[in-house]
Amino acid sequence: MIILGAGHDNTQLPLTSFGNEPFWLTIGKAVFVFVLLVVLTLFSIVFERKIVSYMQQRVGPNRVGPRGYLQSLADGLKLALKEEIIPQLADKPVYVLAPILSAVPAFLAFSVIPFGPKVSIAGHQTALQLTDLPVGVLFIFAMSSIGVFGLVLAGWSSGSTYPLLGGLRSAAQVISYEIAMGLSLVAVFLYAGSLSTSEIVAAQSPSTFHLLGSTFPRPGWFIVTLPVSFVIYVIAMVGETNRAPFDLPEAESELVGGFHTEYTSLKFAMFFLAEYINMITVSALAVTLFLGGWQAPFPFSRVEWMTTGWFPLVWFLLKVVGFIFFFIWLRGTLPRMRYDQFMKLGWKGLVPISLVWILLVAAIRTASLEVADRRTLLMVVFGIFLAVMVVFYLLPQPEPDPSPAEGSGLELLPVSEGGFPTPPLDLVVPPTPRSLAGVGAVTTGPATSTALPPPPPATEEIGRG
Amino acid sequence: MSTLASVPTGEAVTFWVLGPFAVIAAVMMVLSRNAVHAALFLAGVMLSLAGLYAAQDAPFLAAVQVIVYTGAVLMLFLFVLMLVGVDSSDSLVETLRGQRVAAFVLGLGFAVLLISALASGVGSGDGVGLEEANAEGNVIGIARLLFTKYVFAFEITSALLITAALGAMVLAHKEKGPTHLNQRQLSRARFASGHPHPLPGPGVFATHDSTATAALLPDGSEAPGSVDPALSEPHIGDSGQSVHHR
Repeated sequence: MIILGAGHDNTQLPLTSFGNEPFWLTIGKAVFVFVLLVVLTLFSIVFERKIVSYMQQRVGPNRVGPRGYLQSLADGLKLALKEEIIPQLADKPVYVLAPILSAVPAFLAFSVIPFGPKVSIAGHQTALQLTDLPVGVLFIFAMSSIGVFGLVLAGWSSGSTYPLLGGLRSAAQVISYEIAMGLSLVAVFLYAGSLSTSEIVAAQSPSTFHLLGSTFPRPGWFIVTLPVSFVIYVIAMVGETNRAPFDLPEAESELVGGFHTEYTSLKFAMFFLAEYINMITVSALAVTLFLGGWQAPFPFSRVEWMTTGWFPLVWFLLKVVGFIFFFIWLRGTLPRMRYDQFMKLGWKGLVPISLVWILLVAAIRTASLEVADRRTLLMVVFGIFLAVMVVFYLLPQPEPDPSPAEGSGLELLPVSEGGFPTPPLDLVVPPTPRSLAGVGAVTTGPATSTALPPPPPATEEIGRG
Repeated sequence: MSTLASVPTGEAVTFWVLGPFAVIAAVMMVLSRNAVHAALFLAGVMLSLAGLYAAQDAPFLAAVQVIVYTGAVLMLFLFVLMLVGVDSSDSLVETLRGQRVAAFVLGLGFAVLLISALASGVGSGDGVGLEEANAEGNVIGIARLLFTKYVFAFEITSALLITAALGAMVLAHKEKGPTHLNQRQLSRARFASGHPHPLPGPGVFATHDSTATAALLPDGSEAPGSVDPALSEPHIGDSGQSVHHR
């Protein structure tokens, strides 16, 4: 394996060290990941309600615990004590299996996320990561594709129309956006030279490059070097987690609640948990792949104690909570998209852009690795850029919207250039009936006289008003 | 058979858990009446295969097995099953003459081929070992084989898949009907039509929408009682005529 990052050897363990740790350490890390996910879920639910209420100028939950921050804990306990209802038309084994298929992969996916560098626990040097695989990121993908089964089977097994529609929608949505998401990560793999999460984080450690005889720090995070991939990933991750504005599978105004309409009690709680854990996992993956994982942001990356040991856990959590805030912000801001617009964005927007971007990145990567002469490289790139610009210049311009208003009463209204009835600049306001009534010279036709007699004198009008 | 004895304990346990599970799930897939249940059993088979791959130091193959087969292919199966409707029962009438006999013979032939090929492969195997295959790392090893030795087969397969996708698109292609106006064009048409607002309902004056506008009888006179008396009370100095506000 090629590890590109230099200068961080004291924080990085080789990939082979995973799986050779003492048993109690692995169990301890697994429990830590489980607790972290559940606590983060409880936190994000109440955080979401607080933030959204702030954005909507409400107070939000403020009764349970300090400033209402234990509200989701109370809700979870209440949910567990609710009555369990299984619909008569439900396919019982599948109905029970669905929430499990949804929640278990959500937990498993987080096991390959690195949340800290190498630390020492009771004399053992170990990385703050449950495990890592040579195909770590693909493992997360595999888990999320099993999680979709939970949604689809929940929709089908409920034996009801709305859940079925929600399940179908969510399957189509997750499959479509998984393609865009996978393509957006290819560029990261190309630059990191690995599919393992810990090595991708290592590849983003700060390094230097030489230009004109002096040394400059090179930005390591892939959000800087691969911005297009980052944007596509962020859009796709919102689609993948069924969150607003892409929450069509559970559009409460159309489908009541989507795939989990018929679920109650703990089974519903499991879906709820899975949704929030998926949100946390895609956020953590975004942090790992594009924001340098647990590494400190620029000014703090010079401080020794902030980049080694236990402290980077704080950076990791801060970044993840930042992404969760971003999710909530989107929900508080954007209206839900229409289904066809959503599919069009995925298939005709994100996927082609990703393909072109991968081609570009692969070409640049190959060129920078194999072409020694920088000047030739620059000239070739500039030539390609010029050619693309010329092609775009020669493309026929799209014709503007033809005004569809011929012979439809258009001549009755003063219409300006845009086709909208705006008053002309030389408009003379005609005298109002009231001003004419004051003069006493109103003559109306016989048909309107019954409906509209002369208005009463102005004084009386004021007295009544 | 001496190679089987050297299997590490963890791998043996994985095999004896996942192997029987895969076989039982495969049998249940054939036997189950409900199409969705059959698809789920197939998913079970594929997941246990992925587990076996992972146990044999082929993590890339395991991940791809789950993503491609379980995640994409089987999900499409489920999708079609749900759209078609799982309650439609299978017809047991043989539409092709001799189909069952042909299926049985061909299946038997395939089984014989598979078993003989496997038997000869297992018997005379001179494998170089996983360490050598994974010397550069699992992903890099697969990539090197795929893009050097087997690149032609790889490209042929992708050409086949693209042909299939194009064929599906041609078959599913539908000529577009009359073009629909989009939201922007509809808005422009509405404003240009002279009445951007909705037209008044029948029986209401198009020029007035005040509650003080009296209803008209068929002869053109005002209908008594159609305006609230509070609005039509006589005024001082007025000759009893009703008052109308606009």
